[in-house]
Amino acid sequence: MDEIVNNKDSGAEESTSRRTFLLRLAVFLNAIAIALFAIPVIGYVLSPARRIEWLRWIPIGNLSDFPENETRLAEYVNPFRKPWDGETSKIPCWVRRESGDNFTIFAINCTHLGCPVRWFAESGLFMCPCHGGVYYADGREASGPPPRPLYRYQHKVEAGRLWVRAGELPTLGQPQA
Amino acid sequence: MPLRDWTKAIGDWFELRLGLSSTLSEVAAHPVPRSSASWWYVFGSATFVIFIMQIVTGICLATVYTPSAEGAWSSLIYLNYTQPLGWYLRALHGWGSDFMVGLMFVHMAQVYLFGAYKYPRELTWVAGCVLLLCTLGMAFTGQVLRFDQDAYWGLGIGASIVGRFPFVGFKLVHLILGGPIIAAETLSRFFALHVFVIPGILIGFVALHLFLVLKLGINEYPMPGRIVTREHYLQDYERTVTGDGEPFFPFAAQKDMVFAGIIILALLVVAAISGPFGPNGQPDPTIIKTVPRPDFFFLWLFAVFALLPPWSETFLMLVGPPIVIALLFALPFISGTGEKSWRRRPISVVIVILAFTTIGTLTWLGTFSPWSPKMEAWSEAPTPVDYVKGRTPLELQGAILIQSKQCRNCHALGGEGGMRGPALDDVATRLTPDQIVRQIIQGGGNMPAYGKNLSPAEVNAIVAFLNTMHPRSELGARNSVKPEQPISDVDSHHSPAQ
Ligand code: FES
Repeated sequence: MDEIVNNKDSGAEESTSRRTFLLRLAVFLNAIAIALFAIPVIGYVLSPARRIEWLRWIPIGNLSDFPENETRLAEYVNPFRKPWDGETSKIPCWVRRESGDNFTIFAINCTHLGCPVRWFAESGLFMCPCHGGVYYADGREASGPPPRPLYRYQHKVEAGRLWVRAGELPTLGQPQA
Repeated sequence: MPLRDWTKAIGDWFELRLGLSSTLSEVAAHPVPRSSASWWYVFGSATFVIFIMQIVTGICLATVYTPSAEGAWSSLIYLNYTQPLGWYLRALHGWGSDFMVGLMFVHMAQVYLFGAYKYPRELTWVAGCVLLLCTLGMAFTGQVLRFDQDAYWGLGIGASIVGRFPFVGFKLVHLILGGPIIAAETLSRFFALHVFVIPGILIGFVALHLFLVLKLGINEYPMPGRIVTREHYLQDYERTVTGDGEPFFPFAAQKDMVFAGIIILALLVVAAISGPFGPNGQPDPTIIKTVPRPDFFFLWLFAVFALLPPWSETFLMLVGPPIVIALLFALPFISGTGEKSWRRRPISVVIVILAFTTIGTLTWLGTFSPWSPKMEAWSEAPTPVDYVKGRTPLELQGAILIQSKQCRNCHALGGEGGMRGPALDDVATRLTPDQIVRQIIQGGGNMPAYGKNLSPAEVNAIVAFLNTMHPRSELGARNSVKPEQPISDVDSHHSPAQ
């Protein structure tokens, strides 16, 4: 009788421990599975933020396109263009040629909140249509909310062509702008 | 078998398997406080009804809309002009979003004023706050899917705000745009958000919100002096619904249904009369002759961005919204018990009035944005005839310069032109010629300095013209001088050409 009871007890114990083992195994396996699933998903979603270097040298026009002492609207093609970008792959910017190879190239985006600034040659001002930001011809802020001068692109003149280093939307958080 | 029996047989077949009818009739018949069958209580259900309509029209639009940066705009044009009734479904969806946001805010104000968020309905309020954020998220992402110039530059604005976060700003920008710049991935991302992610969350939280309303019962109409306490509220409510309760259907539901019906009809009519929203110009960033404006429900934010003092801006943009949102979520935990009636809660009444008047005023300002230069005024706005009649050649020269130097973009003449700076119609009564010269050359008070862009002769001409800008009955401003010295001497001293 005693023996039988003991047997029963040990059997119950065994099955409980087997059950807890199975449950632990299930939790463990699924934790691993979820992690392995999550890593590629999160990596996929976050991928645009992982890359640091987005700037490229892009030709923007011949020197002769830009008369001296004038500020002209120019456009370049997004270096990371995809066929289904449509019109959004064209990016405008303002090219100011002081003299000879002396250029200043401004981003189109207002430093306040990114609206497209417009150049007015007669008064020598850039005006922003959104919140009334105004900049002088050299990009310094003249009035309104902009917190800093217009963003500038790096540029170079090579073989009679003007090149800009661009490809990224300039914002205040961007280190190099 | 007659039709009646057929329907009954089919009904019974399902009932045997699903067993839903008892639950449904329980839900329909659950008692609600007699006082809660009020016309004040109809806004939540109306918001819900509009949401269902948004799902229907949204799915329909998705069958034609092309979620690619290349094709989105043309598919909208196709919807507007070629797809039969495409224009109407777009109108319903666009106006539906405005209706939904509007009703949601009214519902929220009502819940707040009637203390319905108090114990034990805190979680219902929290779920409602999630719904608020999701609905605004839908409104913004929806505006992006209408992929036109406003959408393009609106994305730029969103990115520029996020870009102001210290350290991680530009990473967040890339994350939101799906790349370094607004392009194909950006639209695809917002499409995924607008049709999968946010609606999924919305449906989940709507379910929770409704479940809680059923579980905890509809808030009784608050009586001044009836205090909510954790100890007694549940028993009190129980007593109210058993003693003085009525079945939810049809007693309370009929008012909901009447109001929802009116709202649906109103939406159908408004959409038919006003038509779809845009799309405006195509999303080509090189077309910079554009004046980007947000949709109606973000106009107030647009105004805030224009009017915040620049030094406080980054801080308020990044810290303000989280604080407001946190306060909203925390509300039932801050004042979860006590007086429910707005008659005894003057501060909450003031808060609601302030919130609505502030947002209303900012929205109104946003519709004509006095802070923005009118980009075409210099070439388009005529000079009033009275202002050129009988003027000297020099003064006329000045009148032309006022146009060609874009002064009118910020300064109105005869009610036309920008409102960024003061109107110039009576500027001579406010500034002496001296002061005008100084203001033009040095700028200041939000006016750029024109010193480099005007020759002395041009300044002279402008001042000569502006100096005539005073009513016939009122002299121009002048320096204080000895009375015997004739005024013309002073004038000619400063603008010798006159
Ligand atoms: S975006 Fe230019 S002033 Fe705000």
